[in-house]
Amino acid sequence: MAQPRADAPSKIILAGSDLHRVVDRIAHQILEKTSGATGTVLLGIPTRGVPLAHRLAARIHAFEGVEIPVGSLDITLYRDDLRLNATRALGKTELPAGGIDGLRVILVDDVLFSGRSVRAALDALKDLGRPSSVQLAVLVDRGHRQLPIRADYVGKNIPTALSESVKVTLTEIDGADEVKLIGGLK
Amino acid sequence: MIKHLRSAADLDAATATLILDTAAEMAALSGREVKKLPALRGRTVVNLFYEDSTRTRISFEAAAKRLSADVINFSAKGSSVSKGESLKDTALTLQAMGADAVVIRHSASGAPHRLSNWVDGSVVNAGDGTHEHPTQALLDAYTMRSRLGRLDGLKVAVVGDVLHSRVARSNVLLLSTLGAEVTLVGPPTLIPVDIVAALSKTARVSYDLDSVLPDSDVVMMLRVQTERMQDSYFPSAREYSRRYGLDVTRMRKLPEHAIVMHPGPMNRGMEIAPEVADSPRSTIVEQVANGVSVRMAVLYLLLGGK
Repeated sequence: MAQPRADAPSKIILAGSDLHRVVDRIAHQILEKTSGATGTVLLGIPTRGVPLAHRLAARIHAFEGVEIPVGSLDITLYRDDLRLNATRALGKTELPAGGIDGLRVILVDDVLFSGRSVRAALDALKDLGRPSSVQLAVLVDRGHRQLPIRADYVGKNIPTALSESVKVTLTEIDGADEVKLIGGLK
Repeated sequence: MIKHLRSAADLDAATATLILDTAAEMAALSGREVKKLPALRGRTVVNLFYEDSTRTRISFEAAAKRLSADVINFSAKGSSVSKGESLKDTALTLQAMGADAVVIRHSASGAPHRLSNWVDGSVVNAGDGTHEHPTQALLDAYTMRSRLGRLDGLKVAVVGDVLHSRVARSNVLLLSTLGAEVTLVGPPTLIPVDIVAALSKTARVSYDLDSVLPDSDVVMMLRVQTERMQDSYFPSAREYSRRYGLDVTRMRKLPEHAIVMHPGPMNRGMEIAPEVADSPRSTIVEQVANGVSVRMAVLYLLLGGK
């Protein structure tokens, strides 16, 4: 996929408190759809899915006092484009102490695009255990799916052109909370 | 990322650290139910072993299989090599079979360098003569880092037959790159001072083990390689053991946190006493387990990308 140039025009879609509200809404939706989020584990996909998963767990705890285990699931070694690119460094895979067997796993990622990352995550998950069900929560759905995959919880749908790219920054990693649409705009 | 791993000198500090970090992620795999990753599916790794080996060969084989690569094991015994086939012709055969990586152990120093000119795939040195054994140095560095938390500023004593030891050479190179302070200890006949100086500006030499021990974080005992010794380098095995062997009395001179390493195979009672080899300070079994993780990291980083 062609990346927009560095000097391409960009537009801020979500910033600061907007992004917090979106995370709050997803947390409420998870509580609603899972009847109080019992037997649930949140697994963030590195890099930015991990802090998002921790934020969701913190919000769910603030709303209902439920402690949800949080972990991370690195998908690098399961990607289908490994050999098309230079070698990638690995991220962390850390499962909660109770594992994932028999639990409802909610995968958390920043942007849902082609669906290939989620496909890789499902493959990685099957090597780690057998969850009772798997759901997907994303901050942004930008469309252009290449696989039959959909999210259960979507923070914001952003219609995009293929020439554009969506950049999510989070305070924990990048120093600021922001979702930006880069390129394509005149 | 580099294409071949022929020498520990191929690695700068950033690449070596990337390998160690990747190995740490690979190590998590051994605790999992399904000990397999799909990263190298469809890739072929040839283990080309001209010299006997137990742990290195099975370690590379396990590493490649855990990454889902296809593994072809080739040992010189029982192959066309015993009919006189040259390394080059063997290399061209492997090339024709489409090997993505060749892991080579050879009694001739420099064989991996020659091989890398003849094949398109990556070449990994699994020990060449008395020259180098880079993956052993990587797994040693990994073991030190996981036991002691750091490598920078670590004081490492490498003790024994440095002259014939490819493990010592690779360790001097890699540990110096990563900021550890290496002291080579042994009888003057077994320490090639000029080679040590050429390998590292920071490595030191000592002929007195007892004075080095109290200030060491790591003691690495080397095997006395009687099969490579045509001359007599020391008066008797007993005298060697008395002056340079690590026994219980000597081990007590080490600081509380210090660890004892050995690349294996050990001559128990010669360079290392059985009580020391089996003590909690000893990382010898751990080194073998870490070897698989480190070799997975090397194979993944050499073969995983474009």
